[in-house]
Amino acid sequence: MSALPSRDPVTAKAVLRVEGLRVELRDGSDVVSDIHFSVAAGEVVGLVGESGSGKTTIASALLAHARAGARIVGGSVWIDGTDLLALPAAELARWRGRRVSYVPQDPAMALSPVLRIGTQLHETLVVHEPALVRAARADRIAQTLRDVGLPSDDAFLRRFPHELSGGQQQRVLLALAFMLRPTLIVLDEPTTALDVTTQAKILETISALCRSHGVAAVYVSHDLAVVRHLADRVIVLYAGRIVEAASRDALFDAPAHPYSEGLLGAIPDVALRTSLRPIPGLAPAPQARPQGCAFAPRCRQRSTTCTERAPALSPSGDGQQVACWHPLTRRGAGRAVAAAVPTPVRDAVPALLEVDGIDAAYGPRQVLFGVSFSLQAGECLALVGESGSGKTTLARALAGLGDHAQGQVRYEGQDLPLNARERDAALRRQIQYVFQNPYRALNPRKTVGRIIGDAVHHFFDVDRAEGLRRAVLALQRVALPPETLALYPGDLSGGERQRVAIARALICEPRVLICDEVTSALDVSVQATVLELLGQLQREGLAILFVTHNLGVVRAVADRIVVLREGRIVEAGAADAVLDRPANLYTRTLVHDSPSLLRASRAPPQPLRAAS
Amino acid sequence: MSAAETDAPVLKGRGIPGWLPWFLKRLLSGLGAVLASSVIVFMATQALPSDPARVILGPEASEESIHLLQRQLGLDRPVAVQYADWLGRLLRGGLGHSLDSQVPVTDLISARFGNTLVLLGLVALFSIPLSLAIGVALALRRDSRLDRAAVTVLVLLKALPSFALAIGLISLLSTSVFSLLPAVSLLDPERSPLSQLQYLVLPTLTLVLSGLPYLTRLVRGSMIEALEAEYVTLARLRGVPERRVVWRHALPNALIPAIQGIALMLSVLFGGTLIVEVVFTYPGIGSTLNAAVQVRDLPVIQAVVLIVTAGVVAINLVADLLTVLLTPRLRTAGGVRLNVRRTRRVFRDAQNARLVKTHS
Repeated sequence: MSALPSRDPVTAKAVLRVEGLRVELRDGSDVVSDIHFSVAAGEVVGLVGESGSGKTTIASALLAHARAGARIVGGSVWIDGTDLLALPAAELARWRGRRVSYVPQDPAMALSPVLRIGTQLHETLVVHEPALVRAARADRIAQTLRDVGLPSDDAFLRRFPHELSGGQQQRVLLALAFMLRPTLIVLDEPTTALDVTTQAKILETISALCRSHGVAAVYVSHDLAVVRHLADRVIVLYAGRIVEAASRDALFDAPAHPYSEGLLGAIPDVALRTSLRPIPGLAPAPQARPQGCAFAPRCRQRSTTCTERAPALSPSGDGQQVACWHPLTRRGAGRAVAAAVPTPVRDAVPALLEVDGIDAAYGPRQVLFGVSFSLQAGECLALVGESGSGKTTLARALAGLGDHAQGQVRYEGQDLPLNARERDAALRRQIQYVFQNPYRALNPRKTVGRIIGDAVHHFFDVDRAEGLRRAVLALQRVALPPETLALYPGDLSGGERQRVAIARALICEPRVLICDEVTSALDVSVQATVLELLGQLQREGLAILFVTHNLGVVRAVADRIVVLREGRIVEAGAADAVLDRPANLYTRTLVHDSPSLLRASRAPPQPLRAAS
Repeated sequence: MSAAETDAPVLKGRGIPGWLPWFLKRLLSGLGAVLASSVIVFMATQALPSDPARVILGPEASEESIHLLQRQLGLDRPVAVQYADWLGRLLRGGLGHSLDSQVPVTDLISARFGNTLVLLGLVALFSIPLSLAIGVALALRRDSRLDRAAVTVLVLLKALPSFALAIGLISLLSTSVFSLLPAVSLLDPERSPLSQLQYLVLPTLTLVLSGLPYLTRLVRGSMIEALEAEYVTLARLRGVPERRVVWRHALPNALIPAIQGIALMLSVLFGGTLIVEVVFTYPGIGSTLNAAVQVRDLPVIQAVVLIVTAGVVAINLVADLLTVLLTPRLRTAGGVRLNVRRTRRVFRDAQNARLVKTHS
């Protein structure tokens, strides 16, 4: 049983065939189950899903590997006619790296920190081609490094991993993966940890390598826009099952599964301001999957059948396969809804927060150079920049965490100290900060009630009953039930935690909310919920400073944009104007390199400027 | 390539290694620490409720002769002058004479330090390779029956006070059960301790057995952590053979905590191992110091404490240097971001207390 009908000529040339793959946790619950698909020579297949969908589990199972605590209990992974899952360990080691190779998500963790780059490259060759003499190995390595766009001189080979940038580290990993010309390469979110510009270049390299060497690839990602640029076919996963498998065009133009459609509707896009449609609810954990279709509780068109029996993956025309009792038909589906939403027009009002010439330095290294801008009440200003641009330093300085910064900031016309200790209680209350990582921003030993209650009692002289009433109200505003008060952060999902963090800020009745990459740790369906909430708060008069590197999110929420590069503002203006007609070359590169679903183009974006 | 991809630091020239300025700074601050401790040692011995002149002349001496001797010894001068004088002599290598036996302190303690160093060397010689081998072996068999049994034995061994261990070993190896080894270490002071190995076996065995559990569990723990690192998984997924994964990818990263642990153990042992010295009547530095404290023999106390301080500083310096040399990130950092001390402090906070308890 393969994903494609067996008479399809492609199947004959399939270099990878996965049949009935099942991976279990220790308690016997399955992480993924009933996974069937195949990949033809030279084909790129995208494996898409949110956290917990099992995409990384499948990716590592393709090399017969399961993470600690999980076990591959069934099925087979055929590569070039051999079942990897049936191989003895020594034989398996010969296949790994040679016939099937793996590129991981976080390049910084993936290279041994005590071994030089050259040593690790040579090692891989020595292991698989012991017959090669040193000079021949050096030639092969130099060739591969050139292929992935890295220098191949001795000085580079003598470097240690920490002496490379993230993009260079990922290129080294690509070199390690492509060096032996494998049949199949598994790429597990290889660009998630990188800046958009670097991501665009790496994607381009991957695409070129697959094409020129005829290597088949399985590309795992949560980012549908990236997958659209790269993949020939897309497999959508939900709760450890394949819910849809289709050609790229079929999936993006006419998704058949309600989840695929929901996912597409939840993604903010850099090209157009659309209304995001969050998918209600949460994906179930492996132990808590409902009977019947796992997506049914979140599905708008569920019927009683859905909650009783799980649908099997079955053909729905054109080689498209879907696991749904009520698949969407071609006419009703699609992205017709992706209509532009006009940016609200606002009157010019006096600025609430005026930033005038902020400098910041960490030791001898200056990270901000005379940055100035203003923020009005009820406005959402996006502070955009890549890692190292100084955007977080700036946001922290405004929040009163600015030990490294100096300059003038006025709040309602009054001077605002950059150190929160010098601000009075009212000022501290009115300017609130929400941190990037909701998993670390909440004290795990306090209940949500204590976390929010502490903030109330810190700023307001109210009794317990009133504090409780306000806490419940704050939770209501972030769409969480009052029962949440008794829970600990550990009981909540990432999106719920971020909403608790926002509730903690809201209960202080702030006038300015500084959001530092608040959605970057969240899945797209959850991100849409949080963005919707922020939009609601903004309409109620809150001024929001939204710090991010994600231009799609900026397009969805921001009225105005300030673009930071290496500590200086390179461009500022109305959001739509900056994103549609960027004046600065750097901004243009950022917009251009941001993956987009709507700006449909097959090839990954070509770099705008000549190599520097 | 874009600026974002080429911003990685450029390799320095091969001239001076990047860590050298850091090392010189550490060396200086080490010397500072020894100097500071010399002040503390001197002041502390001054604060002792005893008068060297009275100690020398005995209880029956007249006030007059005591005063005379105090003047002769310079004890009537201001403390700062006495300290400067003492430090001056010290820097010229003169440690003074013992108040108790009138023998030069150098003669008195050099042999004892020699004995302690020999013992220390033997303990290091056995416990370092053993703990590495056992620790790695257990980490590779993590949670197996063997691993669980071994960890239990190690904890039991750890819980045993070293005097109990010593007495147990004596009764097993030197008395009725097996009469193999001498129960006391009657070292002939005329000969090198290394030519009298039969006396060294039991003290070494005791110290190795009481230090081994700590080091082994340290190696096991850091090796498990290294084996779980992503780069180890990825080496396996590249088809690198398991043996190479263990020795080239995991072990070098697991060594750093072990080096700091070994330094800690050696520092404690260098200060003397009083209990073991008492049980085996081994003539080490611990019992010398103990005896000197009992008779308020100030020059001996000062000399021993100062040498131990310098030794501890030196051991730690070597351990930090090894840590830097084994960590490319620190080695190439050029001194600015070297935070090996912080690493060590964090590590010690977690490990410290138990080891000190066992050995002193």
